[in-house]
Amino acid sequence: MYAQMVKSTGERVKALDEMGPEERAFQERVDADIKIEPKDWMPEGYRKTLVRQIGQHAHSEIVGQLPEGNWITRAPTLDRKAILIAKVQDEAGHGLYLYCAAETLGVSRDEMTEELLSGKAKYSSIFNYPTLTWADIGAIGWLVDGAAIMNQVPLQRCSYGPYSRAMIRICKEESFHQRQGYDIMMRLCEGTAEQKEMAQDALNRFWQPALMMFGPSDKDSVHSAQSMAWKIKQNSNDELRQKFVDQTAPQAEYLGLNVPDPDLKWNEEKQGYDFSEPDWNEFYEVLKGNGPCNKERMEARQKAWNEGAWFRDGLMANAKKKKARRMAAE
Amino acid sequence: MKNEWPLWEVFIRGQHGLAHRHFGSLHAPDAEMAIKNARDVYTRRNEGVSIWVVKASDIAASSPGDKEPLFEPSNSKIYRHPTFYDIPDEVGHM
Ligand SMILES: [Fe+2]
Ligand SMILES: [Fe+2]
Ligand SMILES: [Fe+2]
Repeated sequence: MYAQMVKSTGERVKALDEMGPEERAFQERVDADIKIEPKDWMPEGYRKTLVRQIGQHAHSEIVGQLPEGNWITRAPTLDRKAILIAKVQDEAGHGLYLYCAAETLGVSRDEMTEELLSGKAKYSSIFNYPTLTWADIGAIGWLVDGAAIMNQVPLQRCSYGPYSRAMIRICKEESFHQRQGYDIMMRLCEGTAEQKEMAQDALNRFWQPALMMFGPSDKDSVHSAQSMAWKIKQNSNDELRQKFVDQTAPQAEYLGLNVPDPDLKWNEEKQGYDFSEPDWNEFYEVLKGNGPCNKERMEARQKAWNEGAWFRDGLMANAKKKKARRMAAE
Repeated sequence: MKNEWPLWEVFIRGQHGLAHRHFGSLHAPDAEMAIKNARDVYTRRNEGVSIWVVKASDIAASSPGDKEPLFEPSNSKIYRHPTFYDIPDEVGHM
């Protein structure tokens, strides 16, 4: 999940008869699957939780450009380079759709940027891992975008109109991301022994971090109940993780690669795979800022923001000057 | 960070001669840049043949609280719909 640890209100979910009239009308609309729109009345907790969730999601799309951007200049062919640029540009677009959705809730773009750059706002742990080889670009498209799709498809039905509409646009574009990644993996696995080894190594390194994308195990996930009642989250973390493993394990088999989990086994009874949980200590460390690339990622975002300031200001000054000139001429 | 670019709402006419439709919003210093940015943000896959941008602050909107007085009166006027009238089959298509 791109928003892995969204703090909700921390309070227990209220029953309809404990709510005031406004809140009850709100909850009844949510229950009836009627979308909530920006100017509608909403509980403060709903607004705040959504700002956090959409913000984390947007930041993840933006920071997520960095590990893949790392390979644009070194893509193995011109075709692969064009495809990777298009993919990374899509992620920039996703970030922008989502920032705009969050802004309808009364938070400004600059506030969100400030929260990311100060480290106050989180982004997905997955983007704090390095991309060491070209195969990592394949693994990211296949596994990371694959996990993102798993999470984003149900969010299209989210109760908040602008978020739901942004997710619909994003989902339309994600399928290309996953397929281009799997295509890279297929080519490598059809290649030399060394190329196949490179693909296996990428899978080895990205498997666990991809599982972590869905957030902590349900038994440790404290903020779910309220978000589910508000329909800003539709499935539990473990449900989505299970679905992801069930979908991905056969795809790895097709490639002739081994999923790096000795306990991965088809369970006939539950009609799904058994698998080991990822290392949750590592997950919390990465979230705290101690992953392999947290520092590098934040520095890259800060550099881009600070060194672009003169340009943003210049364009704004120019726009004001032109407007003044136009007004004087009228 | 106080010099935030203003917000623009983006409307795009699709391929098939339909009206411009609201697509989303974006920040840009002026209208010209807003159109350029809208092309990159909202039409990467041939989604449109024409772009309108409007400063978000220039849009006037009905308020959700007025929903009932504004829209409820039309609920009862079912005679505005063709299905209100029973035309015998012998008359033919109408
Ligand atoms: Fe994305
Ligand atoms: Fe993504
Ligand atoms: Fe993607």
